[in-house]
Amino acid sequence: METNFRFTRFTAPIQTAGHCLLFLLRMLAGLRPALAQVQSILQQVYLIGARSLVIIMICGFFVGMVLSLQAINALEQFGASDQVSLLVGKSLFRELGPVLTALLFAGRAGTAITAEIGLMRATSQIDAMELMAIDPVQRVALPRFMAGLISVPLLTAMFNALAILGAVAFSIGVQGLDPGIFWSKLQTGVYFGKDFMGGIWKSLVFGGIVSLIAVFFGYTAKPTGAGVGTATTNTVVLSSVLVLIFDFIMTSFLT
Amino acid sequence: MLETAQQAGRNPGVGTSAAPIIRIRNLVFRRGRNTILDGINMDIPRGAIVALMGPSGAGKTTLLQLIAGQLRPDEGSIEINGTNVSTLSDRELYRFRRNIGVLLQNGALFTDLTVFENIATPVREHTDLPEALIRRLIMTKLNSVGLGGTEDLMPHELSGGMARRVALARAVVLDPLIMLYDEPTTGLDPIAVSTVRTLMRETNDALGLTSLIVTHDVVQVSQLADYCYIIASARIAGEGPPGELAHSKDPGIDQFVNGKVEGPIAFHYTSADRQWSLLG
Repeated sequence: METNFRFTRFTAPIQTAGHCLLFLLRMLAGLRPALAQVQSILQQVYLIGARSLVIIMICGFFVGMVLSLQAINALEQFGASDQVSLLVGKSLFRELGPVLTALLFAGRAGTAITAEIGLMRATSQIDAMELMAIDPVQRVALPRFMAGLISVPLLTAMFNALAILGAVAFSIGVQGLDPGIFWSKLQTGVYFGKDFMGGIWKSLVFGGIVSLIAVFFGYTAKPTGAGVGTATTNTVVLSSVLVLIFDFIMTSFLT
Repeated sequence: MLETAQQAGRNPGVGTSAAPIIRIRNLVFRRGRNTILDGINMDIPRGAIVALMGPSGAGKTTLLQLIAGQLRPDEGSIEINGTNVSTLSDRELYRFRRNIGVLLQNGALFTDLTVFENIATPVREHTDLPEALIRRLIMTKLNSVGLGGTEDLMPHELSGGMARRVALARAVVLDPLIMLYDEPTTGLDPIAVSTVRTLMRETNDALGLTSLIVTHDVVQVSQLADYCYIIASARIAGEGPPGELAHSKDPGIDQFVNGKVEGPIAFHYTSADRQWSLLG
């Protein structure tokens, strides 16, 4: 009995991962170039993407400010504070932008997706769809997953833009750095393809991870208040951990 | 046009000449080591309103889920209109479910859609009707449940009874062959109960449906159902027209119908796995 319990504890996460991948395949199998599906995805892009914009922009701005503050403090010791835009740009586009956006998205939209689908399960709306011969995976999960996949890279780009603006506000507005040097270093030292797009590709993967976990945990939540609460917590915890793990893996291969 | 039991002027229960639209044979369903349903046999004739009664946890809703194909039986067969639903593939089952309307316990309206969109959802999903025709169809169904003018309301703006009536309109919008009701009047006030009950009878007769109702409400069954099955301890404990069951000498049926504490239906939960003891 004890051995069986230990064995189950070991195999349960693998089993869940397998179910999650099958769930992903089931969603993708339902992708059609149908107008109704496109409309549904765009509606979710607005609900979970556009509505996350404010928090992403505010956080981006302050991350840019604090990053330039720390960078200037460190670089000043070597008389290289004019390199701040290079440091901010590289670290932001490659790492901080995609990772922080994904973590914020998991907290803001991922939880909302899980809670919404979990509540639909708890109030028998998912059952009602199945009984009306409407596939809830295609109807509920797929549009939210695709919307997350589309939204996170766009939100990352917006996060990056606002972070640069924050860096400009601090470095030029507060520290009095020369604007010409700031922009020229950024333009010559930070590459669009390698740095900016490298981060955007990462964010596409992060968007997929967070959205898949959010819809899967919502769909498989126990139909109780506690069940939905647990699923929501699991979404944030697991998607945050996986984003950081995948960030390391992708960075290892991309650089 | 299907001939309903009442129109035919006969008792639609077991033993009539009407061919059963739902035929269940030797149905067994288990959850883990617990046997939820054991050797269930039922024949539900076309046009009848049949009630499934029994104590909580007896397996009534499970039986409804088996009939709707949400669960698969471990043994036995469920035939609806000649099709064995327990052997259908998922795709075939989805297609087949268009013949079944289900009213769930709380109505299960989609909370992010208006009343109109709630009812229109199955129509848009399964037909290519033009928008004008869909609108006319939805308004007809809404009027038939007495809720004309509520099409732009959201589900949270409806009372419990109204939500149940909208759910009924949604369930019958594609003119199903059979209607399954899972405790359709639970939690409603007496007026709403009467309204929903009347609508269920009218809908059944007007559309030529066959209705299967899971309920605890003995009064409702006596006023609405043509035939009744009582499920207890995973088996059919009794069956017959509600009038006959009310005067049954069977101790189990008598206990349930008359709400007696003492009787063969146990008060204590019995677990298959372990003995419960106050002494630890």
